[in-house]
Amino acid sequence: MSMASPVSDVADVADPGGETSVSAQSPRLLRRLLRRPVAVGCVTFLALLAGIAIVAPIMLPNVSSEQAGDLLTARQLPTGGHWLGTDTLGRDVFARLMVGTRITLVGVVEALAVVLAIGLPLGLAAGYFGGRLDRFVSWLADLAFSMPAIVIVLVVLSVFPQNMTAAMITFALIAAPGLTRIVRSATLPVREELYIAAAEVSGLSRPYIVARHILPRISGVVIVQASLLAGVALLVQTGLGFLSLVVPAPAPSWGGMIADGAKAIVLQPWLIWPPGLAVALTILVLGLLGDAVRDATTEGWAPPVRSGRRRPLVTSVESDRRGLSPECGSGRSQTALLSIEGLHVGFTSGASTRRVLEDVTLSINEGEAVGLVGESGCGKTTVAMAVLGLLTGSGQIEGGRIQFDGRDLGDLVERELREVRGRQIGLVSQEPIVGLTPVFRVGWLLAEAVRTHHDVSRREARARAVELLRQVHFADPEAAARRYPHELSGGMAQRVAIARALAGEPKLLIADEPTTALDVTVQAEILDLLRELQVKRNMALLLITHDWGVVADICDRAIVMYAGQIVEQAEVRSILQRPLHPYTEALLSASPNHASATECLSVIPGDVPRPGLWPTGCHFHPRCGYATSLCRAKAIPLELVKFDRQTRCIHHDKMAGSAPGTVTISKNGL
Amino acid sequence: MNDSSVSTRRRAAMAASDPDRPSGLQRTFGNAMLLPGWLVRLTLRRLITAVALLFVVTALTFVLVSLTPGDAAREILGLNASPSEYDRFRHQLGLDLPIYEQYWNWLSRALTGDLGKSLYGPDVAASIAERLPVTIWLVFGALLVSLILGVSLGSLSAIRRGILGRVVDAFALAGFAFPAFWLGVLLIMLFAVKLRWFPATGYVPLAQSPGEWFLSLVLPVAALSVGGVAAVAKQSREAMLDVLDSEYVRMARANGTSASSVFFRHALKSTSIRVVTVLGVQAIGLLGGTVVIESVFALPGAGSLAVTASIRHDLPMVLGIVVYFTMIVVLINLVIDLSYTWLNPKVRVR
Repeated sequence: MSMASPVSDVADVADPGGETSVSAQSPRLLRRLLRRPVAVGCVTFLALLAGIAIVAPIMLPNVSSEQAGDLLTARQLPTGGHWLGTDTLGRDVFARLMVGTRITLVGVVEALAVVLAIGLPLGLAAGYFGGRLDRFVSWLADLAFSMPAIVIVLVVLSVFPQNMTAAMITFALIAAPGLTRIVRSATLPVREELYIAAAEVSGLSRPYIVARHILPRISGVVIVQASLLAGVALLVQTGLGFLSLVVPAPAPSWGGMIADGAKAIVLQPWLIWPPGLAVALTILVLGLLGDAVRDATTEGWAPPVRSGRRRPLVTSVESDRRGLSPECGSGRSQTALLSIEGLHVGFTSGASTRRVLEDVTLSINEGEAVGLVGESGCGKTTVAMAVLGLLTGSGQIEGGRIQFDGRDLGDLVERELREVRGRQIGLVSQEPIVGLTPVFRVGWLLAEAVRTHHDVSRREARARAVELLRQVHFADPEAAARRYPHELSGGMAQRVAIARALAGEPKLLIADEPTTALDVTVQAEILDLLRELQVKRNMALLLITHDWGVVADICDRAIVMYAGQIVEQAEVRSILQRPLHPYTEALLSASPNHASATECLSVIPGDVPRPGLWPTGCHFHPRCGYATSLCRAKAIPLELVKFDRQTRCIHHDKMAGSAPGTVTISKNGL
Repeated sequence: MNDSSVSTRRRAAMAASDPDRPSGLQRTFGNAMLLPGWLVRLTLRRLITAVALLFVVTALTFVLVSLTPGDAAREILGLNASPSEYDRFRHQLGLDLPIYEQYWNWLSRALTGDLGKSLYGPDVAASIAERLPVTIWLVFGALLVSLILGVSLGSLSAIRRGILGRVVDAFALAGFAFPAFWLGVLLIMLFAVKLRWFPATGYVPLAQSPGEWFLSLVLPVAALSVGGVAAVAKQSREAMLDVLDSEYVRMARANGTSASSVFFRHALKSTSIRVVTVLGVQAIGLLGGTVVIESVFALPGAGSLAVTASIRHDLPMVLGIVVYFTMIVVLINLVIDLSYTWLNPKVRVR
């Protein structure tokens, strides 16, 4: 097992250690810990164990030297007289277990003390001072990790026979660099903090700073490591005890008692249970304590949504689609490539449901480029994900209908949906590099996409992959195919992502803020590429963006979203000429494309309300200059005001009658 | 430990980020060399560590021994030997020489592959070579079980959470809590004594009878691998959860990649980077674990040889075992580093 690897199970704590320690504050850590029943239970158990280790040998002084008990009552099962029965020599198992606690725990404490005494200061120093010391410590750790710990301990035991202290110290010496390394990486971020620099400037001595300012901050990490190391030390101590290498007979130790039980395994199998369970329970408690400390340290740091987002790979998609009701429909879907009607999407957490999309209705015709515009948090991406059947976490379609190319996507099972993804609808996201699996070469990723959608040989897929790279303007597509994602620039990665989305020759490409993460110079290049591909392939394009310039450049039609609703929908030219929703108007006037050099860029006051906090009535009324009491009273429907022109505002007549910008958005709060 | 490997890997990554600077070796051998630079560099670094390590450990052992009263001559002859007999024997063993000369003699012979003779007669290198296969089969078997079972359990629990996830968590905790030797005793009781499916103790060489060889290894490997399975399962579960949550899995799915390809290609290969790191740590742990497990199952391996040698103060034998085990650990580290670098293109120098 993990006997010879003193640091084996620290792996999982090693990475959060660096960051979590920063948010940890030691007095609060203790208080948080005491709020956890598990932690209190663990500490109580360990205190009890320590008490037994101290008291038992004093109360039962003869047990350690007792060679044999009453041989007539040997190998008994538990009775009133012998709570845990008797061993092969008639000695009371309970008494031996209690007395044996001392030597067992002493071994653990010896090892732990040495590990802490060496590992902690070295780690703090290496993290705080860095430089040559840091490199030396790192080299030392490398060396220690290459040592077969148990064999080295055996070497020491061959020189110092039956010397447990020597054995445990040797083990600790080999284990210490592991702790050093973790303490070091926990110290590094704390060291960078401003108040440490302030303390240095104010003339406090460095040892004082380390002891008073850094040590308390990393105490959580240290406790977690200490409890894990104590568990490993216990395994080592009992292992050596089992081999009768460290505790001379007849003195009892937990490991020695397991060895005694093993010898009598045929005659009295019961004997291995009391010491075995004692060891297991202690290690379990140490492990739980470590977990509790880690949880207490990360409390309030870990994003709570995370657990909710982790959902089964396959099932979530099916459940996402359950809510689709096929009743509502309209004639539009016959001509449109994609038509969404009355789509409602909600995220469930516990008993409550937060609605993020409300009554979303839109359509995209074949070969048409549509811009979906709005501030962050309006639900634009959710629309795209709902269409692809890929709502994350607890997201569910609660009502409405999504039709694509005459098929109701709500009727499809996961397997059929997969045929739609990539082959009918492609997706390009805003984070191109992290969207490509890092362990595969670009050529492999594209060839896989080709083979997913077309029944072709590997060689053919590879050739098509290179051809796709050529189509997205790689000068040397062969060389690009041999690269890994991390070797690409943002713009290159985005072109690869576009190539992948094109592999299935989709009829609709959804580009979710495809240029947001890119340099300005690259943005134009990507947009040109999208436009070119859209025209060349007569492919429909749904471009999600908040940039009106992009919309004006590329799109035929614009759809504006605000707080989970579509608020306006029109041809790009007419919407730019005269927006018929105050939000669109505000967005446009806040757009740098519209601003002249002399006037200040206007800002929309306030924020997009978070889902679940939407106001009653019009979602925009708290930020709207046109708002009247009517706007607050009841929900506003999306209204067809002209041919192919919809708005969700009751004041659209007033707006249409006035020149843009004459009725300004209220600037209160600015 | 993640951490341990991180630093060497960080260095590798730093080297990787600077492709224009050729390594000293590349400069010497030119680009005609077929092996990639990262492979040569890693191997060299590990070998240098190994040499330094062997030197330090064996030297320390000599110093330790010289500090303690009594010596091998007394040990073998017993207290009844006459002083002249004792002196003659000491001289014969070279124990009357100064400690550094003793060490030098040992070292110069060790470099030629001669690890000397055990105090009790047999040749050290030959004894270890005879017993090493048992230990290696044990470690290899346990590693294989840890890898297959650990990754399957961990991934499965990541994909279908709920009860299975909690079972894996509980198993991981229990696997860590129960000592391998205790589990070994329990397995003997159940499957050898009660059910008689497997032999309780002893070893049959592979060449003698493959069937019996396999049966003789089942229980020890099972006992030894529980901890490894638990550790690998825990680690691969966490890695899998992270990967399934990642943007690239989302994008792969959004572009129609099948569930099996998402899992077996994209996700599994990405998690393997983390799993390999744990596996390396486990391998070294398992090597230590054999020391106790071989005693439980009375297997004639190098681990039990180490225990016997330690109890009998057989310094040449102990030294020989240290040399062998250290070389194995170095080899394991090397294999892990290489596969880590091979799996993770980010740290590779092209």
